[in-house]
Amino acid sequence: MNFKSTIGLEVHFELKTKSKIFSPSPVSYGAEANTETNVIDWAMPGVLPRLNKDVYRLGIMVALATHSHVLPVTHFDRKNYFYPDNPKAYQITQFFQPLARDGYIEIEVRGKKKRIGIHEMHIEEDAGKNTHGANGYSYVDLNRQGVPLLEVVSEPDMEDPEEAYAYLTKLRQIVQFTGASDVKMEEGSMRVDTNISIRPAGQEKLGTKVEMKNLNSFDHVRRSLAYEEKRQQQVLLSGGRVQLSTRRFDEATGKTVLERVKEGDADYRYFPEPDIAPYHIKQSWIDEIEESLPESPFERRKRYVEEYGIKEYDADVILQTKESSDFYDAAVAAGADPTLAANWLNTQVNGYLNENQVGIADIKLTPEHLAEMIKMIKDGTISSKIAKKVFKESIENGTDPKKYVEDKGMVQLSDVSVLGPMVTKVVDDNPQSVEDFKNGKDRAIGFLVGQIMKQTRGKANPKVVNQLLNKELQSR
Amino acid sequence: MKITKDEINHVAALSRLEFGEDEIDKFTEQMGDIINMAHQLAEVDTEGVPETVQVVDRETDFREDKPEHWESRAELMKNVPEKADGFIKVPVIIDKDDNE
Amino acid sequence: MNYLNENIDSLNKKLQDGEITAEDLAKETVKNIKETDKKINAWITVDEEAKPAENLDFNKNKLAGIPIAIKDNIITNGMKTTAASHILYNYMPVYDATVISKLKKAQATFVGKTNMDEFAMGSSTEHSYYGETHNPWNLDKVPGGSSGGSAAAVASGEVVAALGSDTGGSIRQPAAFNGIFGIKPTYGRVSRWGLIAFGSSLDQIGVMSKRVKDSAEVLNVIAGPDEHDATVSEQEVPDYTSFLGQDVKGLRVAVPKEYMDAVDGEMREVIQKQIDVLKDAGAIINEVSLPHTKYVVPTYYIVASSEASSNLQRYDGIRYGYRAKDTKNLLDVYVKSRSEGFGDEVKRRIMLGSFALSAGAYDEFFKKAAQVRTLICRDFEKIFEENDVIVGPTTTEPAFGIGEEISDPIKMYNNDILTISANLAGIPAGSVPAGLVDGMPAGLQIMAKRFDEGNVFKVADFIERNNKFYEKTPTGMED
Ligand SMILES: [Mg+2]
Ligand SMILES: [Zn+2]
Repeated sequence: MNFKSTIGLEVHFELKTKSKIFSPSPVSYGAEANTETNVIDWAMPGVLPRLNKDVYRLGIMVALATHSHVLPVTHFDRKNYFYPDNPKAYQITQFFQPLARDGYIEIEVRGKKKRIGIHEMHIEEDAGKNTHGANGYSYVDLNRQGVPLLEVVSEPDMEDPEEAYAYLTKLRQIVQFTGASDVKMEEGSMRVDTNISIRPAGQEKLGTKVEMKNLNSFDHVRRSLAYEEKRQQQVLLSGGRVQLSTRRFDEATGKTVLERVKEGDADYRYFPEPDIAPYHIKQSWIDEIEESLPESPFERRKRYVEEYGIKEYDADVILQTKESSDFYDAAVAAGADPTLAANWLNTQVNGYLNENQVGIADIKLTPEHLAEMIKMIKDGTISSKIAKKVFKESIENGTDPKKYVEDKGMVQLSDVSVLGPMVTKVVDDNPQSVEDFKNGKDRAIGFLVGQIMKQTRGKANPKVVNQLLNKELQSR
Repeated sequence: MKITKDEINHVAALSRLEFGEDEIDKFTEQMGDIINMAHQLAEVDTEGVPETVQVVDRETDFREDKPEHWESRAELMKNVPEKADGFIKVPVIIDKDDNE
Repeated sequence: MNYLNENIDSLNKKLQDGEITAEDLAKETVKNIKETDKKINAWITVDEEAKPAENLDFNKNKLAGIPIAIKDNIITNGMKTTAASHILYNYMPVYDATVISKLKKAQATFVGKTNMDEFAMGSSTEHSYYGETHNPWNLDKVPGGSSGGSAAAVASGEVVAALGSDTGGSIRQPAAFNGIFGIKPTYGRVSRWGLIAFGSSLDQIGVMSKRVKDSAEVLNVIAGPDEHDATVSEQEVPDYTSFLGQDVKGLRVAVPKEYMDAVDGEMREVIQKQIDVLKDAGAIINEVSLPHTKYVVPTYYIVASSEASSNLQRYDGIRYGYRAKDTKNLLDVYVKSRSEGFGDEVKRRIMLGSFALSAGAYDEFFKKAAQVRTLICRDFEKIFEENDVIVGPTTTEPAFGIGEEISDPIKMYNNDILTISANLAGIPAGSVPAGLVDGMPAGLQIMAKRFDEGNVFKVADFIERNNKFYEKTPTGMED
């Protein structure tokens, strides 16, 4: 029997604001427990929420970048449930009138293009964090309480785990390039929930959904969905029924594990949040935000390939993250040759990042320094051999390449009026070499170049020295 | 319209409240009366009438994204019944749902 | 010292003239409260060390050095705030409500927190963890509620003015029962920051005082925009005292027949007499109809309880307040802390609200009530197209006996039938003493358009000048 899978994804992005969504507490990652909180985050009696304008601005950016329709009137609603990390015992979210609806993004899997619909996206507040101790207690930290989230809910348009993977990759890239979120799964600024159901091919009615929450990586998303596809098939083939349930992916075994069976939808008693008036979003503001929208990854790719003439593959590598693309753009803007900059970024810089397991934001090399170095290579000031040394110094210590080259006297010696007499002298001093050259021994030239290099402590431009030597030897 | 003891128990569970056996009978009756009263609204024709959930003139009130740090964590924590190292301490969450 | 024959102006003069110091005023006030409260129990917390602000400026600040009572659901930094609930029996706030910050700026003196129905849910101040308050006119009667402590404190002369809160009549009904003035401002006129939420779309802080002018003085201070409350208006606040001392000639006064039909006998006569006084002074009296009046009680109880069920979920024994002992797990902490911490009336409303919002009931109850609320609002809009104010009785009866209605929630809820609409429509409404019915005070309710508190003051002040009810002494206070 053939089966069809139906996959939908809910992705939460932490929006990148300085303060929380409904309180002025700072947003930070890794602060000491409960230090980034105030009376609002604690849900002290008598407190009220006030919405941070940037939350809407960033949300609208993502909506626009995914071709979604921003609703002219939106409002907040309360989702009621008790949990220690949820101090009001309700989450302020958007249930009835979300920020935006009906968007899409385009993916490409196995050479085939496909549109994945975005059902809606809404703004909501994050909860705090519970840590479970071994002693029968949990510990609550409210620092994350009130961090703004954008939840992007896809249509159930994906039919296999590869499409889900491609959707996530694309969605992350789009959101990242708006600058609205850091999209770091390891820090929780991007979180993925999936649901998947399968049904026999030809059957109209969708199968029973299984949900998986808070997957750790895109790879886990792909693997857990692939596992679920098989598991559910086996259940159906053996005459069983798939249970409406939540499962979790177990990294060690590569299997999914049942967490809880759901009896139906939980009763969250949603109702409109009475402490906040509806938001009327003016088209003029949306236009203004659209105008300010940074260049999208598609636009950048086009620029790299068509204007700069770099290879599509190289462009894609640069565009994997916004940071690397921004770095590249800054280097080119500072005067670096686009092709050389792409090569250095994709080989040397990426090599360094991988080796040291750091991000491009963490290194000391600046785009300006990289550009300076590339300019020196291009105009022959330094050799590519020296360049490697300069690069190492710059990326490790943040040293200005130009200054370093000058201080260390690394400037390449290309001046014929200096090198000419040296060449004459070295040929004069080594008659045996002239003899060897005449006898067709190529080694002789290498030896003489070595002598010049020794005398100039490696600074002589090997190309120029070679040319001069050839000429000198021919003339003898 | 009659509300049953089961319904009362469901709503009590949602509300994280519990009632003793004698209380529950009294509550079921009182709640039944109150819900009956509320049910009078069924006779009002509200076809096409929008909902009023707020009476506010002001629209689209935004706060600028400026962080402010609350000076004292100790002050925020002074009412906490049980705490440890800057955390709020609670009995561990027992998931009643069965595992595979 | 007692304030039966004082007001803000008279006290301000005494302070200016040095007849009394603000320190002594604070001390004397506390001393008198301790004595008077043996009879009426109007206070939950009295600050025996109460002191006036520093560098008092009696010229600039009318309220400088004058003790103001604060209902115990208004957050006061460093002064215990309980909302009359066991669940907040030890709650010590770490910030001030906006109204408190504003009163502090105006250099008022704080002497303590007044009794109320738990979380402002009730019409009698019998639903308090700290015992019921007694009506100064007859100690066997309720003071009304939920701001019954504030009302009794003012009526008995413990203070000249008090803050209350009004979600469905909780300022106006006790004002009427105690023979004092009380005003619930327009929803959005006074910041709710620091008001312990009951029904968020209905709650409003207001003022109660023996004299109309004193409420105008206090409202001048507490009204206005606030960066903490997204529902408060940015409209400018007029000087409310400027509406006093005017005549009512040509004022268009609507009298809803449903309100008059709700009262009979002596109550109807007393109210009618006030309307006649307005008419004789040249006001234009129009009989009008508020056709949805019979639905306001269910509408209100669904809306208010739904909001309350959600607002009161934060009282869970985790971060502050009462936590039950001997709990086995987290669910136990929640259920036991809440079940032991809340009183019956609060539990009833939480249950009703949770029910009205639950998946199967939402459309039939919450949504329906929100739609009927629209119809109620439209009734008022229509009347205000052709009228400046609406007047009628504040309550159907004068104060009832303690213990008389507490066991019958529906009877208790119906007490609010005349006051609730103003909250549903978000309009300002006041209650001014109209006279005595069976020896107990009755109130005339005055409602106006949104942000037109001025006309409420204008009419109340006119009635006060006319019947001089303030000259009467509460009969329960005589030994
Ligand atoms: Mg969701
Ligand atoms: Zn969410």
